[in-house]
Amino acid sequence: MSSRDRATEVEGLYAEAAQWHVNAGGETIHAKRLAGRWRTFKWLTASVWLVFFLGPYVRWDGRQAVLFDIPNRQYHLFGATVLPQDFWMLSLLLLFFAILLAVVTAVVGRAWCGYFCFQTVWTDVFTWIEERLEGPPAARRRLDQAPFAVRLRARLPKHLLWLVIGWFTGFSFVAWFVDAPTLWRTFFTGEAGVAAYVTVALFTAGTYVLAGFLREQVCFWLCPYARIQGVMLDPTTLVPAYDTGRGEPRGRLRRGGEAAAGQGDCIDCNQCVAVCPTGVDIRQGQQEGCITCALCIDACDQVMDKVGKARGLIRYASLDELEGRPTRPLALRPRVWLYGGILTLALAGIVYGLASLAALDLKVLHERAPLFVRLSDGSIQNRYTLKLLNKTPDPLAVEIRVSGPPGLEVSGLERPIQAAAGVVTPALVFVRVPESALAAEQQPVVFHAEARRRDGQRLDTARESVFIAPAP
Amino acid sequence: MADHNPFPGENNTGHIWDSDLRELQNPPPRWWMIGFWTSILWVIGYTILYPSWPVGEEPTPGILGWTQIEEYERGVAQIEARRAEFESRIGALGVEEILADPGLTQYTLASAKVLFGDNCAACHGSGGQGNPGYPVLADDDWLYGGSTAKLTETITQGRKGNMLAHQDILSAEEVDTLARWTVEMSQGEPGSEAGWQLFSTKGCSGCHGPTANGVLAELPGGEVITVGAADLTDRIWRFEPGGYESARHTILYGVNQSGVEQTREAVMPAFGPTARVEDVEIRRLDPQEIKKLVVYVRLLGGGL
Repeated sequence: MSSRDRATEVEGLYAEAAQWHVNAGGETIHAKRLAGRWRTFKWLTASVWLVFFLGPYVRWDGRQAVLFDIPNRQYHLFGATVLPQDFWMLSLLLLFFAILLAVVTAVVGRAWCGYFCFQTVWTDVFTWIEERLEGPPAARRRLDQAPFAVRLRARLPKHLLWLVIGWFTGFSFVAWFVDAPTLWRTFFTGEAGVAAYVTVALFTAGTYVLAGFLREQVCFWLCPYARIQGVMLDPTTLVPAYDTGRGEPRGRLRRGGEAAAGQGDCIDCNQCVAVCPTGVDIRQGQQEGCITCALCIDACDQVMDKVGKARGLIRYASLDELEGRPTRPLALRPRVWLYGGILTLALAGIVYGLASLAALDLKVLHERAPLFVRLSDGSIQNRYTLKLLNKTPDPLAVEIRVSGPPGLEVSGLERPIQAAAGVVTPALVFVRVPESALAAEQQPVVFHAEARRRDGQRLDTARESVFIAPAP
Repeated sequence: MADHNPFPGENNTGHIWDSDLRELQNPPPRWWMIGFWTSILWVIGYTILYPSWPVGEEPTPGILGWTQIEEYERGVAQIEARRAEFESRIGALGVEEILADPGLTQYTLASAKVLFGDNCAACHGSGGQGNPGYPVLADDDWLYGGSTAKLTETITQGRKGNMLAHQDILSAEEVDTLARWTVEMSQGEPGSEAGWQLFSTKGCSGCHGPTANGVLAELPGGEVITVGAADLTDRIWRFEPGGYESARHTILYGVNQSGVEQTREAVMPAFGPTARVEDVEIRRLDPQEIKKLVVYVRLLGGGL
């Protein structure tokens, strides 16, 4: 690039720079959109949300692969059916994601905010539409000043499109809770549940207002996570940061593209502010408004290319690195190990839970009042309540055997227990042990349950309980 | 102060501390004001629709006419409607038929648990484990028979045991022999010859039965005739803690003998629909409730 071309480029940047300033919350931010590495990365991370829209249409075994069936209290995850009894796994799942958020934030900053958060992603898509329909930021800013009738005509398509996206957001949300193809039919014939219509309406309105109007104000003033994540950063966290040592003192290039003597690499073109979706100035350092989306890195790199300086004036860097302190590798930070340990534990619990989800579950409750009863022949009787949980979709005839002290007799299990599908079936069982076999106050008894599904698959489970007798 | 405002034109109140800390008069954000006024409108709308303002004795009723007690009553009616199906089946079926239906049995157990707690547990224990002086309901020893018919009769009409005090009838030696014999019998031994001799000749077998098992006669179909006298051949003692002293005490002072200070007391009140207490007719349990209790008591352990 010749110095003359460079000068023209720089002039252009300054001409534009006058428009940009830091938004304190009082006006609409019309961020400039630039192509770049991080821009592409952002689209890729945002596309994770396609799962939200398309997920409900995946089928498995003739039904929706993932279905949160609240009325029937059954949660289908592909082959597995999770009942409320298995909900301890949900707490592990929540723990996992909470810690994941913490560990990611500690290592690479607010990656959730910048790349994955629905507020960020939907706002991004909404402003992309805005740019397609109404032109670049300058044109949109002019339109802001136009008379109402002009604005209405120019902006109606955008608002309609926003509402359509909002509606799809709500509809897709509801589709995780009811059969999706059925919902497409019932929703338009007025047969869907009231909850479905209310949810879709709330989501449509919420999406429209939050992503269309409130935008970065949500991150500034409404979102608790934004503040929580802000305090999880430490000097070792990698965040998009302005290299003050290299950039300052900043100053505009002279005509001809030359920097004054002693001037830093920042040419004060304000491009980083121009592209920022929350309207902050990254050069002021880490701040609450920064969602670490890295779009300023793209902008600054392009400017550095144009003025012939090395990229990376704004880059992913830790505070330690920028201030010249030694940086510690990830593997030596106790915080990473602690977070990682909790993550692994939670994950192991979930994997164990899903792997051991038995189709037939037996619980045995020993009667406490009285613990035992002496019968007229001197034998001791204990009373148990069995709770059989049948997680299969069909009723099961469950045979139960009891093993324990020699000579024990069982009543209440003469016929198989008819365990209805998807619910707990209780049964009363009495176990008698003759006086001669009462060796100790407590002896183990094991209840073995066995059933056969219609397709011949054998289900069995066992549960140990205790037989209690008076002290010998 | 305001005359020398060093920050003119920024809409401050003129209150300045530490030369630059000042109070501004900026309006709250518009979204905040919208939320504020919406909340106020909400309150007005709410107080028009629902009971709220404490005017006079009762608060303003609200034009929707909603009350908490009505909502509660609707909820109770819903529960009653769900119970009605089970209740009508229980009404139509006998105890044995209820016991043959696992679903109905479970409903009856849940329903009767409350009745048992209110009416029976005080004496017989929360799980039918009995209390000193009050029979265990969870074992298989029944003074008056453990069939459903007998249980129904016991709950409806109540029971009152009766055993003579033998302190003036038998000699101390005879009482001692009989008490020892009773302990032997309860341990599954044949019992001493002298004991059997006294048992058969002193009138004991008249109530406790010829074989001392409390049964006077067995009827076809498994029913038995008893007068509520204890089975002396099994391991269960009517008056815990069992043993020689217990047996001797009962023989000496009898059961429910008026005028005998140390007599055993063994009275179960009547719980039937027309039970009388001190000549006043009261309603305690209706036949449906008694039927549920019979199922419950059978399944405490002794009915199987």
